[in-house]
Amino acid sequence: MSKTMISYSSITKKIIMALAGLFLVSFLLVHLSINILVLFDDTFELFNQAGHFMVTNPVIQTIQWVLFFGFILHIILGVIIQIQNWLARPKRYDKKYPSEMSFFSKYMIHTGAIVFIFLIIHFANFFIKLKFGNVESITYESGTYDNMGQMVYNLFKDGAYVVFYIVALLLLGFHLDHGIQSAFQSLGLNHTVYTPVIKLIGRLLAIFITLGFIAIPLVIYFFK
Amino acid sequence: MDLTLKIWRQASANEKGQFINYPVTDISPDASFLEMLDILNEELVHKDEDPVAFDHDCREGICGACSLFINGRPHGPDKGITTCQMHMRHFKDGETIVIEPWRAKPFPVIKDLMVDRSAFDEIIQAGGFISVKTGGIPDANAIPIPKRVADIAMDAAACIGCGACVAACKNASAMLFVAAKVSQFARLPQGKVEARERVQNMVAKMDELGFGNCTNTYACEAECPKEISVSHIARMNSEFLISKLASQKK
Repeated sequence: MSKTMISYSSITKKIIMALAGLFLVSFLLVHLSINILVLFDDTFELFNQAGHFMVTNPVIQTIQWVLFFGFILHIILGVIIQIQNWLARPKRYDKKYPSEMSFFSKYMIHTGAIVFIFLIIHFANFFIKLKFGNVESITYESGTYDNMGQMVYNLFKDGAYVVFYIVALLLLGFHLDHGIQSAFQSLGLNHTVYTPVIKLIGRLLAIFITLGFIAIPLVIYFFK
Repeated sequence: MDLTLKIWRQASANEKGQFINYPVTDISPDASFLEMLDILNEELVHKDEDPVAFDHDCREGICGACSLFINGRPHGPDKGITTCQMHMRHFKDGETIVIEPWRAKPFPVIKDLMVDRSAFDEIIQAGGFISVKTGGIPDANAIPIPKRVADIAMDAAACIGCGACVAACKNASAMLFVAAKVSQFARLPQGKVEARERVQNMVAKMDELGFGNCTNTYACEAECPKEISVSHIARMNSEFLISKLASQKK
């Protein structure tokens, strides 16, 4: 797959990168809306119910594969683009003024790489345990579910993990700050009136997603 | 003004280059940057040393020949002008000025600060033209073009092909240059006929020559001496997308 991707035109790569990226943003919003439920009640009933819905609903299970594909596409293309870009300037400048108008655009590969490492650890912590490990179940009036809420709670009581989680999420926020508005430019949408609005919404969305995710471990660690 | 110039010296494309410091004294703040280099070169010639090679032609900011990466920026610190239009008053007395050639794989150094920019010519040859006989100059308004559209095409046409966008871009991407050319033609009725082939051919040539991928950092727009907008890049992206989706196998 990656062999044919190298031969893609630079604009084709950009467009695929943008579409995959925007899809991943929509996933983040869904993920956040479910995560936030863990704070709603001490028995984690809402959260566990939502989790149960996500792992059993056939539509979600199908989209999960699209999501997985989106991640792979975004990551492989990102790496290809970066390597080609390094090769395009074999001799670097002695002195370089930061001319970039989108600050975090300079660090997309770096923030992306750390988010990727986070993703692997995150995957091992939750997804694999859930699919193959034995998660304790809990019974409510509404039914019996895997007690994922307790898993989240236990992890977020570990200070080191909380720090790592927050750092990774902040970097994700920086990644999104450039990424969201950049996706629209890549798709050919640039407008004197709408582009500043898109940039603002992109930044607000990046802040919202980051703060939203970060708030959960902070609340659990300090107040629960 | 007394200055130290830290200049990249490289005898030829195949030889290794290095920075050499040259002190210059008694430079007028009203001298242009290239005049200052002329003064240095005169001194070097008098001392029987090899003068510093750099590109220049019209010296009035319209030909696109001059280049120079000055203190980390293409065409130096002043906004919206070429190196030839920049004056020494933008520098401080006693300052060390770092002067480098454009750095990009498709722009190999010929000598010192001169780079070979024929890669841009190759991109133009791939589609940056209209293949009909245009004849004489048509009467004004003989071809109806809305003012707004003509203005956008004219803004794109302001590109002088100097390569500052490639030099400024952290990815050495030529997207702003190619986009300006694609956009200029795509907006006008004469250029629309070949718009689809043009965008595909020019982008393919750009990639083939080894320019980097655009990552929307917009350093190109910030450093372009003609202040070409990145909105042209977006237009090229959509032109490219449409041409790909609409193209039919012959």
